[in-house]
Amino acid sequence: MRKFKWSHLYLIFVFIILYVPIAYLVGFSFSDGDRMSHFSGFTFRHYGELFNDPRMIQIVLDTLLLALLSALIATIIGTFGAMAINSARRSVTKNTVLSLNNILMVSPDVIIGASFLIFFTALNIPLGFVSVLLSHIAFEIPIVVLMVLPKLRELPSSMLDAASDLGASDFQVLRDVTLPYIMPGIFSGFFMAFTYSLDDFAVTYFVTGNGFSTLSVEIYARARQGISLEINALSGVMFIFALVLVVGYYFIQQQQTAHKRKKGVR
Amino acid sequence: MRKKVNTAFYVPYGLWLLLFVIAPMLLIVYQSFFNINHQFTLANYATYFQSGTYLTMTFNSVWYAFVITVVTLLISYPAAYILHYMKHKQLWLLLIILPTWINLLLKAYAFIGIFGRDGGLNNFLGWFGIAPKQLLFTDAAFIFVAAYIEIPFMILPIFNGIEELDEGLVNASRDLGASPWQTFIHVTLPLTMSGVKSGVQAVFIPSLSLFMITRLIGGNRVITLGTAIEEHFLTTMNWGMGSTIGVVLIVTMFVIMFLTGERNKRRVKGGKHHA
Repeated sequence: MRKFKWSHLYLIFVFIILYVPIAYLVGFSFSDGDRMSHFSGFTFRHYGELFNDPRMIQIVLDTLLLALLSALIATIIGTFGAMAINSARRSVTKNTVLSLNNILMVSPDVIIGASFLIFFTALNIPLGFVSVLLSHIAFEIPIVVLMVLPKLRELPSSMLDAASDLGASDFQVLRDVTLPYIMPGIFSGFFMAFTYSLDDFAVTYFVTGNGFSTLSVEIYARARQGISLEINALSGVMFIFALVLVVGYYFIQQQQTAHKRKKGVR
Repeated sequence: MRKKVNTAFYVPYGLWLLLFVIAPMLLIVYQSFFNINHQFTLANYATYFQSGTYLTMTFNSVWYAFVITVVTLLISYPAAYILHYMKHKQLWLLLIILPTWINLLLKAYAFIGIFGRDGGLNNFLGWFGIAPKQLLFTDAAFIFVAAYIEIPFMILPIFNGIEELDEGLVNASRDLGASPWQTFIHVTLPLTMSGVKSGVQAVFIPSLSLFMITRLIGGNRVITLGTAIEEHFLTTMNWGMGSTIGVVLIVTMFVIMFLTGERNKRRVKGGKHHA
């Protein structure tokens, strides 16, 4: 019994470490001072500043647009890529493509950023929104493939054969059988791609020129100049956003597993 | 007919593999053979291996990554283990994952405030009569913040490893008279090693290349491989030397992947990649 308590204490300690910085950050967003020390009176002033900062709002919109667009394109390319890998007959081909697919998953971001920078410069692609968008699509594709592939493996080939035998065209099989079946995978892929994009700093930092900025890059630039409680206000907003995303994702997953259990598919 | 339709679908993915996976990797190797005046040369590698600075930097970077990984592992293993025996463990796990969804830069920024001279930690220490210290821009601060960011990425694979462990084996070991400690060393730990290895891989490689933390928290005192690459690419514009260090980083990465075993799916959420 005594041991039990100690272990709980340890876990609480870990949670405190994990959450104190976040609480500190969000807490000071309500402080009526200009520094992250000595809380001085409650205020929403910094949130007001944040919402009246046209540059910041522009960057938030750009970041969201970038994340949605890149995730959408990456999901489409990645889903077809997963189908290609799944339909490869020789296991050597399959494994080679899968290893290549995973290269961008394991490479450190600095390497991805630096090599893309060389790549864009070699092709004379100007640095800005386009180069950032292409990079984000590029590093999001492998995660989409990894999310969709297991679903494709689960898809019984008898179902596809049955559809074909009953006279469905290839397109109809894809639209009416394959896609609905793998939809949960596609959805998680899109979701992951979206959050990868929102979160990326290093790759964007390398391939963005002077004109275009994302939230991460902007926060980095401002943080290097020192404390500004507007960033704290921003983190308060982003914490709520992350909370909504996580809870949403959690429920989707719960539903999926419940769904699976009902159908008795593992 | 069928073949043609399929091929058309697969073209974008194939192009992606070619243009964004294979080409950039080849380009970074190619670039490493050019000096700042775009002349072909082996000088970058010569400089790298002959000047002590680069070798020391690499050694330091690996050392820091090692320390960060060990610290993270020591905190994470017990946490994952305890988590496994909790009620509502999925909920607790979600709480572990949640911080990884907060932008990395914001977390680093929080520590600028906490470690500042009149920041939270110094205030806290002040209650115990300890005079304010310089905390920011020290090695310890760098290691702590890096470990803080990596903890969830270590807990998650270890937790999954423990979940896969057959509880019957633990019980059998206890029934056969092994002490809890013996059971842990001879049964639990070896059987959860694959989770530990994935965790180490997921922490070590990014730790080699973290550069924004070295800048914001380490105050440029700590130079990792990532910082050096960023410096060469974006500040001194010596892409050749930057690529050479990049190649070194890639080689180091493969060595680590080889040592920790191939199986890994890299921080699939809750965990995302970052530099």
